[in-house]
Amino acid sequence: MTTTPDGSAAGLTVEGLTVAYRTARGEAAAVTGMSFHVAPGETYGLVGESGCGKTTLSRALGRHLPPNGAVTSGRVRLDGVDVLDLAPADLRKWRATSLAVVHQDAGSSLDPTMRVGPQLAEILRLRGLSRAGAREEVPRMLARVRLPDPASIARRYPHQLSGGQQQRVVIAAALTARPRLLVLDEPTTGLDATVEREILDLIWMLRAEIGAAVVLISHDLGLVGRLCDRVGVLYGGHLVEEGNARDVLAAPRHPYTSALLAAVPRLGESRHARRLAAISGHPPAAGENVAGCPFAPRCALADGLCARTLPRLEAAGTRHEVRCHHSDRLYHPSSAVDVQTPARLRDDPGLSPTAADPAPELLQIRGLTRKYGRTTVVDDVSLSIGHGQVLGLVGESGSGKTTLARAVAGLGPRGTGTISLDGHALPASLRRRDARTRRRVQMVFQSPDASLNPSHTVRTILARALHTLRGSVSPQELAARADLDGHLLDSRPDRLSGGQKQRVAIARAFAGEPDLVVCDEPVSALDVSVQAGVLQLLSDQQRATGTSYLFISHDLAVVGYLADRVAVMYRGQIVDEGPAGRVLQGPHHPYTASLVAASLARLGEPTEQDTGMVQPGRPTGPGCRFAPRCPRRIDGLCDSENPPVRTEGGDHTVRCHLGIGDLPRRAVPVTIGVAPGATEEKEDPSA
Amino acid sequence: MNAVTLPVRHATRPRFRVALGVGVVIVVFWAVVAVLWPHLAPYDPELQDPLHRFVPPGAGHLLGTDQFGRDTLSRMLAGARPVLQVAPPATALAVIAGTLVGLIAGTHGGLVDEIVMRVLDAVVVFPAIIAAVLLVALSGRSVTILVLVIAGSFVPIVARSVRAATLVEREKAYVEAARLRGEPSWSLMLREILPNVVTTVLVEATSRFGDAIFAAATLSFLGLGQPPGSPDWGASVSDNRLWLQLAPWTVLAPALAIASLVVGMALVADSLRGRWEAS
Amino acid sequence: MRRFLLRRLAATPLTLLAVSVLVFTATELIPGDVARTILGREASDATVARLRIQLGLDRPVATRYADWLEGFVTGRWGDSTLLRVPVRDLVLTRLGDSLLLGALAFVLLVPVALTLGLVAGVNHDHPVDRILSVSGLTLGAIPEFVTGVILLVVFAVKLRWFPASAQAPEGAALATRLGHLLLPALSLVLLCTGYVARHVRASTVAAVESPYARATELRGFTRGQMVRRHVLRNSTIPATSALGVQLQFLLGGLVAVELLFNYPGIGALLLQSATEKDLPTLQASAMVLGVLYMLIVLAADVAYRLLDPRIRLGAVAS
Repeated sequence: MTTTPDGSAAGLTVEGLTVAYRTARGEAAAVTGMSFHVAPGETYGLVGESGCGKTTLSRALGRHLPPNGAVTSGRVRLDGVDVLDLAPADLRKWRATSLAVVHQDAGSSLDPTMRVGPQLAEILRLRGLSRAGAREEVPRMLARVRLPDPASIARRYPHQLSGGQQQRVVIAAALTARPRLLVLDEPTTGLDATVEREILDLIWMLRAEIGAAVVLISHDLGLVGRLCDRVGVLYGGHLVEEGNARDVLAAPRHPYTSALLAAVPRLGESRHARRLAAISGHPPAAGENVAGCPFAPRCALADGLCARTLPRLEAAGTRHEVRCHHSDRLYHPSSAVDVQTPARLRDDPGLSPTAADPAPELLQIRGLTRKYGRTTVVDDVSLSIGHGQVLGLVGESGSGKTTLARAVAGLGPRGTGTISLDGHALPASLRRRDARTRRRVQMVFQSPDASLNPSHTVRTILARALHTLRGSVSPQELAARADLDGHLLDSRPDRLSGGQKQRVAIARAFAGEPDLVVCDEPVSALDVSVQAGVLQLLSDQQRATGTSYLFISHDLAVVGYLADRVAVMYRGQIVDEGPAGRVLQGPHHPYTASLVAASLARLGEPTEQDTGMVQPGRPTGPGCRFAPRCPRRIDGLCDSENPPVRTEGGDHTVRCHLGIGDLPRRAVPVTIGVAPGATEEKEDPSA
Repeated sequence: MNAVTLPVRHATRPRFRVALGVGVVIVVFWAVVAVLWPHLAPYDPELQDPLHRFVPPGAGHLLGTDQFGRDTLSRMLAGARPVLQVAPPATALAVIAGTLVGLIAGTHGGLVDEIVMRVLDAVVVFPAIIAAVLLVALSGRSVTILVLVIAGSFVPIVARSVRAATLVEREKAYVEAARLRGEPSWSLMLREILPNVVTTVLVEATSRFGDAIFAAATLSFLGLGQPPGSPDWGASVSDNRLWLQLAPWTVLAPALAIASLVVGMALVADSLRGRWEAS
Repeated sequence: MRRFLLRRLAATPLTLLAVSVLVFTATELIPGDVARTILGREASDATVARLRIQLGLDRPVATRYADWLEGFVTGRWGDSTLLRVPVRDLVLTRLGDSLLLGALAFVLLVPVALTLGLVAGVNHDHPVDRILSVSGLTLGAIPEFVTGVILLVVFAVKLRWFPASAQAPEGAALATRLGHLLLPALSLVLLCTGYVARHVRASTVAAVESPYARATELRGFTRGQMVRRHVLRNSTIPATSALGVQLQFLLGGLVAVELLFNYPGIGALLLQSATEKDLPTLQASAMVLGVLYMLIVLAADVAYRLLDPRIRLGAVAS
């Protein structure tokens, strides 16, 4: 370990940091006794769910807490400088020279009324450059973050850039000085999978170049594991586990880390093969002070000791520490959490509809087109869903997947094309659907907060649905089927956690025994530990009632877990559709391949899939819509002629100019790629 | 994902409580005066005393007398009633009508909304004061006309706020869920949306009440208020302004009375808005 | 943006038409016979009948409206029945005087309101902000004629710094005229400052607490630099629409202020023609004020959209 002249370690050292907020109910600690060290050039990942204190920590590192927050004890040192001791003028100088912070939602960290160039130039001027020098340097800064045509980017306003481009600009701004500490606070949350991949690649490349201590804060354990050298897991304001990324992810020693890993569906894993291990309850709210171990209320291993005494952070291996009284009882995630998987689920043929056994069709969509103004959002889409089948629909934001789903439910703009249910035409407008049809098609929405009327109790919400949909059970029974505690019936939604709200929304959708439930990103707003429970509920409800789902998500693994068939949507068109396993495995569309790669590949390994920038705007001319970003593009063909729809194995269709034999595919079955030897195989064009 | 939920400083800060308290005391004071002034006024406000015209404030007449020798204090106390006869019914009318219009336009959307909003736009663009001058001058002075004119000019304001709030709610998933299961539109409007725009309605009600007092006072100043001869504050300012140099107290007393009532109401409205919108 | 402009411009004549219908209908609502009202109770029935024909009151409402509208558009506004002078000269002269008063008030209002709002917003939740916010709120709630009276008593009666009448002697220099107009303008400014400052404060607070302002501080800029470079523009742009609203209030406030300060503007003319039932003057001054209102609303809308690059360059639907 290198040291600074005064003897302390180089890099970032946090010692016993405690941050508290003044609230109406007194002081509430958001971060308690946090200690960790990040060497220069090292990447340290901090993982945690909402309310665990990670945002507070990131703000404390830059000494930029909100007015009612304060560091009550502990130190933050960077290369020997005590950050919390700096006088205001020195703090400014320290921030200008040593600190760089990149936040979630880059768009909002840029002044919306100022062009990108001047915003960057202003930072360069602060670093002492002349006006002309700054102007000259700006394009170089933008080129450094691999933005094409930097001169044109510099002339644009932030809103004229895509989310990924905005994030690159913010990273460029962060790197104007040679920072000693780079804090990345959820830098890719809200970005599409392929764009996220590009940004992470960029960070990976730059981190070696700048040699700073990097702190990456994220809710995504897999992402942190792929990018970081070391990982710290936060829960309830405490560091509960810390160690080398590979060790923590391969052999977690804290029940929370272990449960978190077991709660995430892995790519290619199906609900027919494994039950997700949901963690009961929900994370403590920010500032909720608990005596004892914060995870105890949700922990399978907890006993009286855990409830009374907060465990100390103790060594559990080489550079691996864990804060648990019972870490010796936990070795492998599956042994501790995966116990509830009923064996019969694994290979019960009746429960897993296969391609060889096509279910009779419930929903048929033919040539559906929907426009917002002059923009075609859904373009001539045809799809069908069988009885008792789950169709997963994946695509990035703006692909039209939500518009398509809403059209099935009878919401959104009108357009052309037909939808039929059991062979009978389904009117496009909700007003013209009769009571019986409305009862048959219901929907679960994305945002748990907006899904439920804040003025009604859960009982009223369910009773209204039972009344209008002519359900035959009581609200209590309906709630019980969704694993909701009876005592919640008389609460209003603001007393419910996100997961509970979504359970109420699911119960409501099932009030009238529907044939088809449209699920629009039902788990994307939930914390990872809660998401598993809701996915499991959806899966159980499906199994119990035989209802069909149109299930939408941007997360390939989630879709793959729940769906029997998967459709991939790109810019309004279905480019790939077929049985879940075959779509994920290939041969599949190059875009599907890029989605699979984005969720699996290890960083720092340039892949063939080097996609270009997402260009704003929609090409309306002929040619494949994916062509501008496609690594397999055939110049002169893909950009000028519409691709044909190719059929593979009878019921798998791909919209591509490449022949089935030339389509990308994965060499080995897909699973998550952290453990050694797992899955970083490149696509094999020859297969 | 990961909504940053930092604990926010609590909404009920002391300044809200102080402002609310001061405001409530002022408004309640004038409300009591409006009812009980016959017992509080030292003189009959209409009693003319030609021998004691323009008496400066002093022992006999605390706030002096006017050109007819009428007691300024008594007239000021009596003047609370006309304003408070007009403002509450006008506000109630405007809030009820505006809320209904806003709810209907916002819930239905489409053509209904388009037509309602274009009509409201035209009305809003037409300056309320001009409308008031036109209507009151031409159709005669009466409490009813005054209430209708003030209410009418506030309806578009209330309707627009309620419509805006309704549009926000209408897009939320809980309303779409209700539409999906086939709730009729009156049920969407009254059962689903109305409870969630109540804050907006309450904020509008308090703000419009202050504005109604303002409008009633201004109209009576312009000579468009209640029938002549009433001790109306606005009218008193207007009548006595000719003797401003000679007897400024005759103008200042009703002016300060208006000022205190509107300021009191503004303090109440602002504090309540801060509290409701934070919750 | 271009589409927005075209749509707004296309909508303007329609709204004006609506205004004209309102003005015409309102003047039609006069209870009793207009001719009788004008001539008084003693006039003979024959005289009244002659005036009715002269005024065209015997023809259908739609015809009279069409004639009246055509006359207004082509500039034939008729003669004042009260002052016996051409309405057009009368209304336009009075309008000019009112605009002078309004312009003075506006010129005073903008810098004062922006400064107060910015100072309050940058220091939000400090005592400075509380004092400014409560006083802005208080002043904005008081009718302009009440503040006018207080200003008059203090500055014209007690201190004698300013004249009590807003009307300068005939042929006075502009500076003298403005001196006479200062008190009435001030009472309008006091009415509007609170509202505009409140909006500026709100958008300033939003800008100061925004992620981009926070990012600026984290990059090592001082708070002053952050306010100058990022907060100023972001907080004043939304204020343009608040200014538009206040300009309308200002125009409405003219009626009371002109009456209080004996200033012969268009507001006073409107009031006088209404109480004296001088229909041609009343219709013309109401229409002129209506048009002025429309233009102000339009200008504020367009200015706001031109200033904000997100709307100008089409990221946000207008």
